[in-house]
Amino acid sequence: MQVTSVVRDPLVTGGKTVKDVSHDISRQVEGKPTRLWWSAFAVAMAFLTFGLYCTLTLLWTGVGVWGLNKTVGWAWDITNFVWWVGIGHAGTLISAILLLFRQRWRMSINRAAEAMTIFAVICAATFPLMHMGRLWLGFYWTLPLPNTFGSLWPNFNSPLLWDVFAISTYFTVSLVFWYIGLIPDFAVIRDRAVIHGNNIRAMIYNALSFGWQGGAKTWMRYESVALILAGLSTPLVLSVHTIVSMDFATSVIPGWHTTIFPPYFVSGAIFSGFAMVLTLLLITRIVFKLEDYITIYHIELMNIIIIVTGSIVGIAYITELFISWYSGVEYEGYAFYNRIQGPYAWAYWSMMTCNVVSPQLFWIKKIRTSIAATFILSIVVNIGMWFERFVIIVTSLHRDYIPSSWTMFHPTMYDIGQFLFTVGFFFGAFLLFAKFFPVINMAEVKSIISIGSEKKTDETPH
Amino acid sequence: MDADKNFLVGVFDDEDAVISGVTAVRQSGVKIHEVYSPFPVHGLDEVLGYKRSRLPIAAFMFGITGTSIALVMQIWMLGYDWPMIIGGKNFASLPPFIPVTFELTVLLASLGMVATFLIASDLKPYKWPRQFDIRSTEDKHVMAIDLALNKSKNKDEISSILKAAGASEVNEKSFD
Repeated sequence: MQVTSVVRDPLVTGGKTVKDVSHDISRQVEGKPTRLWWSAFAVAMAFLTFGLYCTLTLLWTGVGVWGLNKTVGWAWDITNFVWWVGIGHAGTLISAILLLFRQRWRMSINRAAEAMTIFAVICAATFPLMHMGRLWLGFYWTLPLPNTFGSLWPNFNSPLLWDVFAISTYFTVSLVFWYIGLIPDFAVIRDRAVIHGNNIRAMIYNALSFGWQGGAKTWMRYESVALILAGLSTPLVLSVHTIVSMDFATSVIPGWHTTIFPPYFVSGAIFSGFAMVLTLLLITRIVFKLEDYITIYHIELMNIIIIVTGSIVGIAYITELFISWYSGVEYEGYAFYNRIQGPYAWAYWSMMTCNVVSPQLFWIKKIRTSIAATFILSIVVNIGMWFERFVIIVTSLHRDYIPSSWTMFHPTMYDIGQFLFTVGFFFGAFLLFAKFFPVINMAEVKSIISIGSEKKTDETPH
Repeated sequence: MDADKNFLVGVFDDEDAVISGVTAVRQSGVKIHEVYSPFPVHGLDEVLGYKRSRLPIAAFMFGITGTSIALVMQIWMLGYDWPMIIGGKNFASLPPFIPVTFELTVLLASLGMVATFLIASDLKPYKWPRQFDIRSTEDKHVMAIDLALNKSKNKDEISSILKAAGASEVNEKSFD
């Protein structure tokens, strides 16, 4: 039985009971993967294999296999790096910031969004690692480890080094946060396996659940841990993209040397992250029949966040343009004039159309509650956000201070292959997650559909 | 731990039942071993008389450790061990050290707190829990009562107290 509130739409539809939640979510873990799953996994592995070939070629030959040149030293690699890190931000926003704001609708989407964060951060990390060329030396170059050169320590004044600490901390804390949330749900699968007499699965999921029992004292500590991790992750996620933006903002390159970069990058990150969450969840809810858990209401709320962050991004673009003119700095002015009018104008206008114009369509209720429209626009937004990073990086570099150095950037097969490698990894990892891990946080969803607490709030409204 | 072998297990159907059940059982003087739930039940720790978790203190201590390690490391490395002129700034200038300091604070606070949580709650991959009722992770709230700690009452008395407190079933469970 589900008690519905008079004020709000139910977060989980279909009159689910606590028992139904365990059943519906554990079902895909227990069943055999469908043919659809296998075909999607095969496509992801094909991308991964081609990407692996390109990656190994790069490691064998050197960074020269990419299309970089003396003028454009950063292009697809750093574009992809920033794009993936940005995508990761939505997961932490959903699980940490919405927890602090007590937004209960996050509960059925946080697990998948956090998984997406972790895979996206791994994808992001591959690009700077590969860009180092000799990545086996990367530990000495980036971490303060004693070495035979003195010891010669890394430069803690450099935003590139801050990035190393920010990304690795972000990855570790997100992973821990995600895993702590998974522990009680692994125990559900373990106990169902015990009931069904599947001993191997019971053993595996017991190990994964760390022998979880769900005692009141453990739950009390667990909630305390979740709240503090949310409190720590909130400034962390804001710091990560702030530091990523400082890779550019602390330089003196016209087009990069901009003080609005931190908030502009953070809102862009949340914007693209929510778009990727929507792309993944719209597929997941259909493939795993989760329409009662991930409802149109969830989709609509995420679309509203896309309008807000998309508009912030739009304002940032216009502010940048205005300031480049108002500053009166000739170089700054030219960098932006070149973006709009130069040989990469097509990329600039793609970015403007995808990021500024397209999310505004979500003001129309019919569009933001339509699954097909949301799916298409979520992909459009991610294309736009890729172009944003490409525009910032390549158009600021390709016309250097001396016109004799002016050049264009042309990606090689290896640039594209490295990108496809991460795309294959991302979707492959997400498919494995969706098959073997509970895609929805069962314990949290149970706590919002349970009869008792809803009754109480109905009697004493506050 | 020899004492915890024989238990009476009361099964409650929802969280209201278990909260009023815990209150009733404790009022009748029976000591509760622990209550197991499929999801966190708000207010259950209060009626069970548990003190607030001290994990926030652990997190703070680990966080402060991270801050100190990061600051000492950076100031020593760039200020004393191998000073280098970077951008004409002081060798050990504080502002550029803040990002790494912040990240290490968050990292140590999170990892330290989570490790403390796992150790305090005895959660480890190779442990198989003593399950009083297998349905306690699915949809039932399960109250375990250690008979050895409630010698003043016999089994039937405790069983009737549990029934009166709202348990939908009362089972016996013993561990070897």
